[in-house]
Amino acid sequence: MAAVPPVASLVQRCEALFEDLHFNAVREWKAQQPGRKAIGYMPVYVPREIIHAAGMLPVGILGGGDQLEVIQGDAYYQSYICRIPRSTIELGLTGRLDCLDGMLFPSICDVIRNLSGMWQILFPDKYVRYLDVPQNYVDDIGGRFYVQELEVLREDLGRLAGREITDEALNASIAVYNDNRAAIRELYRYRAAKPWQAPTSEVYLVLRAGMVLPPEEHTRLVREYIAAADAAPRPKRDNARVVINGAFCEQPPLALVKSIEMSGCYVVDDDFMLVHRWLLDDVPTDGKPLEELARAFLHRSATTAAKYDERREQKGQYLLRQVRTNGAEGVIFAAPSFCDPALLERPMLQDVLGRHGVPHTAFKYAENTGQMAPIREQAGTFADSIKLWSAA
Amino acid sequence: MTTTTISMPPPIGKPVVKPQNVQKEDAMWLQKELINRNYRELAQARALGRKVSATFVPGNLNELLMCFDFARSLPETNALQNGLRKKSGKMIMDAERDGQSEDVCTYVKADLGMMLGGEIGPTGDPLPRPDVLLLSYTGCFTFMKWFELIRHKYGCESVMLHVPYQGEGRIAPNMREYVVRQLRETVIPALERISGVKFDIDRLRQYLRESARAEEDLIAVLHSAKNRPSPIDGYFGAVYYIGPIFTAFRGTPEATEYYRVLRAEIEQRVRDGKGPITPEGEMGEERYRLVVEGPPNWTSFRDFWKMFYDEGAVVVASTYAKVGGVYDFGFRHDPEHPLESLADYCLGCYTNLNLPSRIDMICRYIDQYQADGLLINSIKSCNSFSAGQLLILREVERRTGKPAAFIETDLVDPRYFSAANVKNRLESYFQMVKQKRGAAAAGGTPGFIPIATAH
Repeated sequence: MAAVPPVASLVQRCEALFEDLHFNAVREWKAQQPGRKAIGYMPVYVPREIIHAAGMLPVGILGGGDQLEVIQGDAYYQSYICRIPRSTIELGLTGRLDCLDGMLFPSICDVIRNLSGMWQILFPDKYVRYLDVPQNYVDDIGGRFYVQELEVLREDLGRLAGREITDEALNASIAVYNDNRAAIRELYRYRAAKPWQAPTSEVYLVLRAGMVLPPEEHTRLVREYIAAADAAPRPKRDNARVVINGAFCEQPPLALVKSIEMSGCYVVDDDFMLVHRWLLDDVPTDGKPLEELARAFLHRSATTAAKYDERREQKGQYLLRQVRTNGAEGVIFAAPSFCDPALLERPMLQDVLGRHGVPHTAFKYAENTGQMAPIREQAGTFADSIKLWSAA
Repeated sequence: MTTTTISMPPPIGKPVVKPQNVQKEDAMWLQKELINRNYRELAQARALGRKVSATFVPGNLNELLMCFDFARSLPETNALQNGLRKKSGKMIMDAERDGQSEDVCTYVKADLGMMLGGEIGPTGDPLPRPDVLLLSYTGCFTFMKWFELIRHKYGCESVMLHVPYQGEGRIAPNMREYVVRQLRETVIPALERISGVKFDIDRLRQYLRESARAEEDLIAVLHSAKNRPSPIDGYFGAVYYIGPIFTAFRGTPEATEYYRVLRAEIEQRVRDGKGPITPEGEMGEERYRLVVEGPPNWTSFRDFWKMFYDEGAVVVASTYAKVGGVYDFGFRHDPEHPLESLADYCLGCYTNLNLPSRIDMICRYIDQYQADGLLINSIKSCNSFSAGQLLILREVERRTGKPAAFIETDLVDPRYFSAANVKNRLESYFQMVKQKRGAAAAGGTPGFIPIATAH
């Protein structure tokens, strides 16, 4: 039997982690050392450094995808509410999240916010916290509030871990995540430079692995993937270079990402799993750690629909930068059905793109969308039109 | 302390004409007159050189805005008034044609559609573009996007007041401090700059004094539903009662007077042993006492209400009547601690409470108002209310032993009000309540089955 090329082997491993809805990687990590604990978190962003500094494993929970049959979860939600909370409840009620000792629900939208209260009721033995992040970006106002919120989290997790979370431990964890973020920036730069070498269907899986692996291991994996992908001979196609926007919470099925690529698009930037890239550069490791994390959040963080833009002129600038710095030729707005933040943001972003002559198209999905033909046709037509326009 | 007198603009235009085919309490007519007067004031704001603010009902800082002489617009109220007048359907479709998703909040789309249609308010008067969008987004993320959308399209300035969520079911000191600091250091300076009026804290104190008086009377009115028969409907009728205090009138002497008159009227109804007044006159025998969770439907408001009073069902308490402020449990605006009090008000609005707190509140209502059960009107547009309501239903049934029912409508999108379905479900629910009473009287142990759950 022919040897599996390294890149395929790495991707297979990531895919296995992605498909494992029992979170065996987390269970194995906990089993390696008695007393280990794991804390789940939902999109978009939580300061994983604090969990890590408590000696715990941060675990990203992004719903059940298209492989989970949601039975109980549907009984908790009306038809007009997005899918991620119902599949997350399904994961919880079927025991798949028993390996988690707590859950964090960051402020992103009303649905995830209310899910925090549901979790408190449904899983009364678990640690549950709604993590409010500031929408006021003044250090002495929003920053001060955020530091206080992080202090509470630090104390709570310290109690759960049975040990104090020291500044030294936090700074060490910040360094670990700085390295992880640096590796992911390398991965994004690499993909933007050679999208044919690092298809997004693979990059996505590599990112998803970071939801369940310890950050140190994930950082190694990311760098191994870049090296392995670069070594693999892969054909370059005349595809349209696009940015995907709107998929920052409920995730599209992997088949949807593949369909976009198969339709003739290279995805050169996206907003999947922004937790990996929320903080845009290194957080200092020699200061007061919570204050440094707060400053990074306030002044050097990514943008999504869940975050307030203080001024009108800011709207769409982050997306425009994604387009320009990555040489994208268009934007695909792919938002989950009933996602209020993404869908309300979209007309503003479309307007900004329109004014800057950036082509765009839009569709909705659910994490269990099964019919890819319409999406492939739409994305294909979009790619063709970009190519026609650019030829003209 | 200096004494500040409040001067309100004199009434503008014609008073409300009472149609002959609708019956209302005198206070209800007064309420309508107040609301209409605000629209007239908004229409004339530009001519009178007044700046215009827009803000939301939950977290409405009306007293603060009055300190800067703003004419005050509340987009949710505009949308619901357009819904009541059957104008919202076209506005929503216009907004969808303009690029808004069919999935998102119809208040937002009704507002955007209204602006696209020439910025004419519900009463037919022009509604001026706001000079400031005070984004006090208590309990609802959609508010943030709503004002970003208005700002994006029309260039109005937005001012953020981030109100943290009561995730742990309480107001932590740092939450209050955060809101106060924002008020002091960002919101008030911005309002001073935009209005050109210097902030006077004694003026604020005076308004808050008025607020507290009105709140005292409002809560006496809402609590009157503990009587049998209840003299009020705590949902459909309460919509009228909360109108002034949740919108542009909290803190005004007119609101204080309105609530004084209202309270006197309701107390007289209690003494007379009367039930609520409905659009068709005095309600007949009180057969069912319900607690309702969720906002009403506005496009078919009268038809919806009729489904209740025709069956002798009265709503004795509702969570919607707390959306612009929870006064049941002791909170009053406090002139001695003006900014802290505004912070506590914002932090305490109903949709800023976590799910366990909302369930506690509903269970307390069922107990204190001796209700027969809970009805949830689940609103497609409003994830802030709706996400988690099916768990609320189960938990309330489990804890109180009272039957609960679930219906689905929308705020202002007429496409999502199916009268036949709603009526069917309500009738079945009333039957279930009756059977349960019979079983309880016979000493049996009835099963508690939700009448309907989501599709």
